[in-house]
Amino acid sequence: MANTTGLKSYFQFKNVDWGSMMSATWETVWMTLLSMVAIVILGIILGLILYETRSKSGVGYRILNWIVGLFVNIFRSIPFIILIILLLPITMKLAGTIIGPRAALPSLIISAAPFYARMVESYFREVDSGVLEAAESMGATTWEIITKVLLPESKPALIAGATVTTISLIGYTAMAGAIGAGGLGNLAYQDGFQASNNTVTLVATVIICLFVFIVQFVGDVFVKITDKRTL
Amino acid sequence: MIRFNNVSKQYNTKDGGLTAVNDVNIEINDGEIFGIVGYSGAGKSTLVRMLDGLEAPSTGEIDINGTDVAKLHGGQLRKQRQKIGMIFQHFNLLWSRTVIDNIALPLEIAKVPKAKRKQRAEELIKLVGLEGREHSYPSELSGGQKQRVGIARALANEPTILISDEATSALDPDTTNEVLDLLLKINKEMNLTILLITHEMHAIAKVCERVAVMDSGRVVETGSVFEVFRHPKQDITKKFVSEEFTPQQSDNTMTLEELVKKYPDGQIIRLVFHGPQAELPIVSDVVKHFPELTISIISGAIHQTQEGALGSLDLQLVGDQSQIDQALEYLKTLRVGTEVIHHG
Repeated sequence: MANTTGLKSYFQFKNVDWGSMMSATWETVWMTLLSMVAIVILGIILGLILYETRSKSGVGYRILNWIVGLFVNIFRSIPFIILIILLLPITMKLAGTIIGPRAALPSLIISAAPFYARMVESYFREVDSGVLEAAESMGATTWEIITKVLLPESKPALIAGATVTTISLIGYTAMAGAIGAGGLGNLAYQDGFQASNNTVTLVATVIICLFVFIVQFVGDVFVKITDKRTL
Repeated sequence: MIRFNNVSKQYNTKDGGLTAVNDVNIEINDGEIFGIVGYSGAGKSTLVRMLDGLEAPSTGEIDINGTDVAKLHGGQLRKQRQKIGMIFQHFNLLWSRTVIDNIALPLEIAKVPKAKRKQRAEELIKLVGLEGREHSYPSELSGGQKQRVGIARALANEPTILISDEATSALDPDTTNEVLDLLLKINKEMNLTILLITHEMHAIAKVCERVAVMDSGRVVETGSVFEVFRHPKQDITKKFVSEEFTPQQSDNTMTLEELVKKYPDGQIIRLVFHGPQAELPIVSDVVKHFPELTISIISGAIHQTQEGALGSLDLQLVGDQSQIDQALEYLKTLRVGTEVIHHG
């Protein structure tokens, strides 16, 4: 149905199936948000382990730090597109399918959580050591120091890091879409590229850009609300 | 009663062992304000951090009312820490919490119920004079106000000991005095033992009863502040005391050589008075008795310590040598400490 060529081919809006555009948008949004929830939780846990075991002297701590560090470094260095393929059997087992948004979740989470974990570790290290010492001198347990000092004092950084991670994750969902995970990436590839319908590709691009802008804006607002260092 | 018995602390560094605290013995009485003075790196902070178990001594014992703190672990140690309040040079407040929530933090840690936390935090806000700022964040406060929050937070769990680790060192002189006055007030009202770590002799003179002078990990001199100021024994103590008596050091205090160059004639003497003498008209007395002498005042200072006023005055006496000698004799009868700095 789309045979126009040249610049005009980008503006054949009558050729856009708005229904499938809508559902593809929702697929991208929920794929991103759902995996983000898991990434934030997992990233903070891994980041905490890396932070807490870093300067401890016990053998157990050393081993734990080494294992988590290795896991994080390996999955952070595998290119995403390769990771999807590598994880196909695991995905099949976890999601029961290798096609659709559900199937994209494991690889999205496994690739982005280590990335976020490294950021989290560095944010924790930036928390004022004097404040940590003050809490220790009050008789706080390690858990109290984590929940009452470490997490609240690094909250704006954690949010800013999550924003950056979400944005790169949106890029990953599009990549996953291209190999069958659904969403706007899938739509742009199949209905846009393979059906030579440039308008669909353009519209999908614009929607993804808007999504990125919104995520950035919301992230900035939350950073501003939570940061009480300069008023 | 706090007792440091033969306490030492060694660190292993790349360049070999480092002795931060070397065989320290100190006794601090309940309800006393005890000063520890020394330059940075003298081991003062390391020493007091051991009280809190933030550092463990390499050898020796730290006894607080019969408990050897160095032997405590886990829950017992955390319980002990709640009985010791600590205030810091850089306040160490949580920027993410309001004033009242910062003060409530130690109460949360001590598992005080919520309603009681609020009540106690409000009492403390009143005590340190921060009414109306409860819901401000630390970034909205001045340095002095931040330290008041620090003090309120340190007092939250009704400790018996308060450690002040260079708590006034980041504050301007006026604010320093305000904070010191507040420490005096809580010491009297709550019968709190206060350990004041500082490199400013001024703070020691103002609030402490006794002082220990530390140098390279050792306590080189201990005694009542009054005695240490009047008769400093060690060179480092003399240095601290004279720094305090010439507070304008940075801008216009001259070294002895410069003084001698500027006032080449006669004799330069330093008078040290204490107690009621500081209020006597000593200089005009000398002028009346020895009218032929020319007396110029070079510099001077008076300080209020916990045991009374303590002052020093540098004078240049020009005139007949026998007259000068008689004047010095006369000063001795007034029981004024007299030291000849330079013979012309």
